[in-house]
Amino acid sequence: MEFSLHFESVFAESDLILRGILLTIGLSACAITLGSGLAIVLVALRDLGNAAVRLFVDTYVELLRNTPFLVQLFMIFFGLPLLGLRMSGTQAALLAMTLNLSAYATEIIRAGVDSIHKSQIEAGLSLALSRLQVFRYVVMKQAFAKVWPALSSQFVLMLLASSICSFISVPELSGAAAIVEQRTFRSFETYIVVTLSYLVLALVLKFALIWLGHHLFHRKVVSILNTASKEGIA
Amino acid sequence: MSTFGWPEFLFLLRSAGWSVVLTAIALAFGAVGGGTFAIMRLATNAVLRNVAAVYILTIQSIPVLMILFMSYYGLSIAGVEIPPLLAASVSLSIYVSAYLAEIWRGSIQAVPFQQWEASASLALTRVQQYRYIILPQALRISLPPTVGFLVQLVKNTSIVSVVGFVELSRAGQLVNNATFRPFEVFMTVAAIYFAICFPLSRLSRYLERVLHVGRSH
Repeated sequence: MEFSLHFESVFAESDLILRGILLTIGLSACAITLGSGLAIVLVALRDLGNAAVRLFVDTYVELLRNTPFLVQLFMIFFGLPLLGLRMSGTQAALLAMTLNLSAYATEIIRAGVDSIHKSQIEAGLSLALSRLQVFRYVVMKQAFAKVWPALSSQFVLMLLASSICSFISVPELSGAAAIVEQRTFRSFETYIVVTLSYLVLALVLKFALIWLGHHLFHRKVVSILNTASKEGIA
Repeated sequence: MSTFGWPEFLFLLRSAGWSVVLTAIALAFGAVGGGTFAIMRLATNAVLRNVAAVYILTIQSIPVLMILFMSYYGLSIAGVEIPPLLAASVSLSIYVSAYLAEIWRGSIQAVPFQQWEASASLALTRVQQYRYIILPQALRISLPPTVGFLVQLVKNTSIVSVVGFVELSRAGQLVNNATFRPFEVFMTVAAIYFAICFPLSRLSRYLERVLHVGRSH
């Protein structure tokens, strides 16, 4: 049994891999921004709305959290065109990632909001802040500071889950890997390079989020070895 | 073109059985690995501790899809033609081990430190401390997050469809290709996943409540 690894042909396709990396970063950054924005709206609706709104938000969150990302992606990519909504693979991927992340982020931020003591809100209201102002300045700021680690690991998980978009031939990093693999017939080498790329991307994002948490919420800087997450995404 | 009827639905249900089997296999092997790495992560030996920490960080920083491809091609480059079920089981077990290690490390650390001191003062060895004092209490703490993680595992089994293993998602793709009714097919697939995952999510929350291990305000 003898084998050797040949990386030359894989590196010859490095521009394809680089473009894949850029698309992965782009998709993840957009999904994280849009998904978090949507989550804040949903948490606000749930916090300020009536029972029906609350039920709607909770159902949305539970439906998305209890079905695989892959099936959500298929439903959007194969299903929506039948409703006349044509979209490219990349657009479908972005939509699926945004919706998926919004559900997880809603759950995380909601937990943070619930942990804010009622007296804080009463104090805010007694200072003649509007309910929206209380939500924005009193509740949200503290909630975000509290759940930042959980939110951070969710963002990293979203970056990793973006690899699933290769199932609908989106040329992000793992989609690019599939193309390089077909061109070079160097499967193992290709996936070693691509796996290492994901590793670097995820670690950089982790560092960036720790740094951001430190600057935005004055969180203590922890060793990256202590940022392991207890959830997973699918 | 066939329609989406009973036979197709039963095919999906049977394939869902494979998703469950895969979950069980990955859980069984992943639990062994996870337990080992959790205890290594808390070892007094710095080498063991750091090896476990780096393993957990690495596996948690690469997509499950990449773990799958790496084990699939990694094993076959060694000359063995491996069946999809084996590649799927190996990769999911590796994935599970890293996450369970972290969950269980947290659970062990959540046992009050005095329990270690008290048992040490009774001259228990480290193994005895784990066996009789720490693990029974950690088990209780770990139950809700472990069940919660199971939900993630069930959903992540969908990814192994890429190596041609016919579990629920792959079956959904096959039925969709034959019937071209994506909404009905993937709604059904999603509903079956939901029927498995939602009770588990609820169970996790229920356990958190009855075992009184949730964070207190």
